[in-house]
Amino acid sequence: MAEYLIHEHDVLIIGAGGAGLRAAVEASAAGVEVAVISKSLLGKAHTVMAEGGIAAAMANVDDRDNWRVHFADTMRGGQYLSNWRMAELHAKEAPARVRELEAWGALFDRTNDGRILQRNFGGHRYPRLAHVGDRTGLEMIRTLQDQGVHLGFDVFMEHTIVKLLKDGERIAGAFGYDRERGRFHLFRAKAVVLATGGIGRAYTITSNSWEYTGDGHSLAYHAGAALMDMEFVQFHPTGMIWPPSVRGILVTEGVRGEGGVLRNRNGERFMFKDIPLLYVNQTANSEEEGWRYTQGDKDAKRPPELLTRDHVARCIRREVREGRGSPHGGVFLDIAWIKERIPNAVEHIKKKLPSMYHQFKQLADIDITQEPMEVGPTTHYMMGGVRVDADSQMSDVPGLFAAGECAAGLHGANRLGGNSLSDLLVFGQRAGGYAATFSQKNSLGDVDTAELRSAENWALQPFERKGSENPYAVQHRLQETMQELVGIVRQEDEMLRALDCIRDLRSARERVSVDGNREYNAGWHTALDLYHLLTVSEIVTKAALQRKESRGAHFRDDFPEKDKQFGLFNIAVRKGANGAMQFSHEAIPPMRQDLQQIIEEMK
Amino acid sequence: MATATFRIWRGDKAQGQFRDYNAEVAAGMVVLDVVHQIQMEQAGDLAVRWNCKAGRCGSCSAEINGMPKLMCMTRLNTLALDKPVTIEPMKAFPHLKDLVTDVSWNYKVKQLIPKFKPRPADAPDGTWRIAQEDVERVQEFRKCIECYLCQDVCHVLREHKMQEQFIGPRFLVHVAALEMHPLDVGDRLKDLRTQFGIGLCNITKCCTKVCPEGIAITDNAIIPLKERVVDRFFDPLSKLFRVFTATKT
Ligand SMILES: Cc1cc2nc3c(=O)[nH]c(=O)nc-3n(C[C@H](O)[C@H](O)[C@H](O)COP(=O)(O)OP(=O)(O)OC[C@H]3O[C@@H](n4cnc5c(N)ncnc54)[C@H](O)[C@@H]3O)c2cc1C
Ligand code: SF4
Ligand code: SF4
Ligand code: FES
Repeated sequence: MAEYLIHEHDVLIIGAGGAGLRAAVEASAAGVEVAVISKSLLGKAHTVMAEGGIAAAMANVDDRDNWRVHFADTMRGGQYLSNWRMAELHAKEAPARVRELEAWGALFDRTNDGRILQRNFGGHRYPRLAHVGDRTGLEMIRTLQDQGVHLGFDVFMEHTIVKLLKDGERIAGAFGYDRERGRFHLFRAKAVVLATGGIGRAYTITSNSWEYTGDGHSLAYHAGAALMDMEFVQFHPTGMIWPPSVRGILVTEGVRGEGGVLRNRNGERFMFKDIPLLYVNQTANSEEEGWRYTQGDKDAKRPPELLTRDHVARCIRREVREGRGSPHGGVFLDIAWIKERIPNAVEHIKKKLPSMYHQFKQLADIDITQEPMEVGPTTHYMMGGVRVDADSQMSDVPGLFAAGECAAGLHGANRLGGNSLSDLLVFGQRAGGYAATFSQKNSLGDVDTAELRSAENWALQPFERKGSENPYAVQHRLQETMQELVGIVRQEDEMLRALDCIRDLRSARERVSVDGNREYNAGWHTALDLYHLLTVSEIVTKAALQRKESRGAHFRDDFPEKDKQFGLFNIAVRKGANGAMQFSHEAIPPMRQDLQQIIEEMK
Repeated sequence: MATATFRIWRGDKAQGQFRDYNAEVAAGMVVLDVVHQIQMEQAGDLAVRWNCKAGRCGSCSAEINGMPKLMCMTRLNTLALDKPVTIEPMKAFPHLKDLVTDVSWNYKVKQLIPKFKPRPADAPDGTWRIAQEDVERVQEFRKCIECYLCQDVCHVLREHKMQEQFIGPRFLVHVAALEMHPLDVGDRLKDLRTQFGIGLCNITKCCTKVCPEGIAITDNAIIPLKERVVDRFFDPLSKLFRVFTATKT
């Protein structure tokens, strides 16, 4: 007999980052019973790490900005694979969502006339990112958390969901364990919102934490929902590379927004060498013009360092490969140089980029106000995710919603910096609202106890097996496989090799055994997370094999050009009746006329 | 590559002891790297909290050679490696397992503190105008990553176990952030004096010394709050004045 604790709610939200908390606030406000679950403690989700800011066309700094420009920027950044309805809603609603945070106590940096200050970021035409120095995510998550604790929803911290439960076609709840004691829990709910974040732990070099094992993606997939755009993994161009132990930790794009420049070992501003066609009209012609842009000159165009992330990451890779890299295999990012241009640059840098200053000082013995940083690409963000309805965020499974990084649609082939935090707010709010409505119209579904028993048995296997595999080692092998074979630059034979490795690792996972008991056992948790990580790794690789072109974050050495035909659909995957992965090409619906026109105007 | 010994607290609620692990150390490593390495190679079930590995989330608090610190921001080259480095869980909270403690009390305390209450919007667009210099003071408090290291060292909580009477430095910082917020019109001074127990703090400044965010907890948060409490409740003149004007101190 399965032994577990039972909880019942109207809406169950899996994930307590920006998306999950915003959804919880909304659903609670609708008057339904809400529970939020997270693998870590409350307030420690990935959102807390976000640095640069929240994109919203408030036009506080440049009055030429409006939702239309933001919409066009997002579509261009996503290489026109984004769901245009989501891009429209996002651009229109983000400003209100940011102001709402202020009304809940968030304190953003200010303009001279006392409004919310906005900064430049890659791919955004005008200064658009509301921010608090370089700790915007902390401000956001704390504001939502503090707002939330007074609303009375239940929070289950350090609980991990291992399976979604259905009653026929519709969602019925979720099954998981608590980390503290390893007890099992059944969460019954009328609606479930996935807000589980990304998959960055599938790679060795990543800015992501242990939590990012693609759980939400995999849970939804196994529950029968479609995933989409899974070939698009964002590699952020600037991660730390030295010393080895900090490899992958993010260096915010804000450094470049504040005037930081990229140079190779010869001191050359190599970003000027290769400017993509889509962006020639928007890029500075000279270093001088680029500098003026970062200082707020409205007539200047942005420096090439602020081109989209996919492009900057590949340029860095090229410099390194062609022997022009820095001593530890990256390039130089220099903000210290601005002292040639402005008085008290040292103070200015410390004030605008305090966390970066500390991070380098403490972890790398580098004073960024005096010397350049060494940086290189790091796995950062998952554009792909659960395929959802643009307005309601509901997946193919009735009652199952998804928002934030684990949902697909807004970012297409490449996400613009700052567009994630705004995504969390806009679609977290929508998912929470629609999930509450769904729960008001439906009753609790039934749960199959046999299914619970088998989930429990499955989860306990690593204790019972006397296998030879160490869960950490298997995870590590998977990370190396993805890093080397399905990374920034891909090609068919390598990806086929990756699939072979993944198959071997799948069987290795079945031999994984763990020591100790069920209480706070990190090895056990890693063993269970592996299942999800393997599922998403396989999907990423297979989707990447199918997209025989280069677009946005997905670059194929064997198909280095963009192919018009591939711009007409998104690649989706579902679990077939026989359990096999079924891929399909989902045609992108024709864009509404008025939106089409905006795109034309902004070209 | 050099090796060093790490003496890590192992055990659960019922019992525990230090166990020594030898690990290889390389340039640039932090304590959390070593803990992960030991977890991966020698002690698969070792319990430890972490997320960001960059001093931003406040998950990895522990006591390293007796000093409360973030494991992810403590470089090995700041420690003497010729003798064992001890790594223990925080002491002010109930122990769960290995390096993990039960910090749920902190979340309960937060719930007690009356939430942010803004004055009505005063700009024509339905928002507020606030000067940068007015946000800066409070931004210092809002840098808090809730690592609870300050709670861990405060003798009122650690030695005297007065969790029922005193909310601790972290939450005095939180109250300060609310009370000094340029938009807030809430009033938490009475609570500060009574159930939050601000009087129990005798300004030893131990909390300020360990704060990884460099928040001047005592000087900028606690002392100004104490002054406000004194002004309100112990200064007869201002008390009288308040009755007539009913403004916020
Ligand atoms: C260093 C860094 C800097 C960034 N800077 C910016 C920026 O400046 N601007 C921007 O727009 N974006 C930025 N991003 C991206 C952005 O922060 C993330 O995409 C975003 O925070 C994701 O939010 P989320 O709510 O979707 O998920 P998260 O905040 O990651 O939350 C996921 C939640 O799901 C929970 N969870 C996961 N799996 C399970 C499970 N199986 N059971 C129970 N709970 C589960 C986790 O515990 C967690 O609570 C940055 C990212 C990083 C890493
Ligand atoms: S200054 Fe006050 S709050 Fe801080 S440690 Fe000392 S007694 Fe505790
Ligand atoms: S005030 Fe400082 S020491 Fe205390 S919880 Fe916050 S960050 Fe940690
Ligand atoms: S892991 Fe986030 S502060 Fe150390």
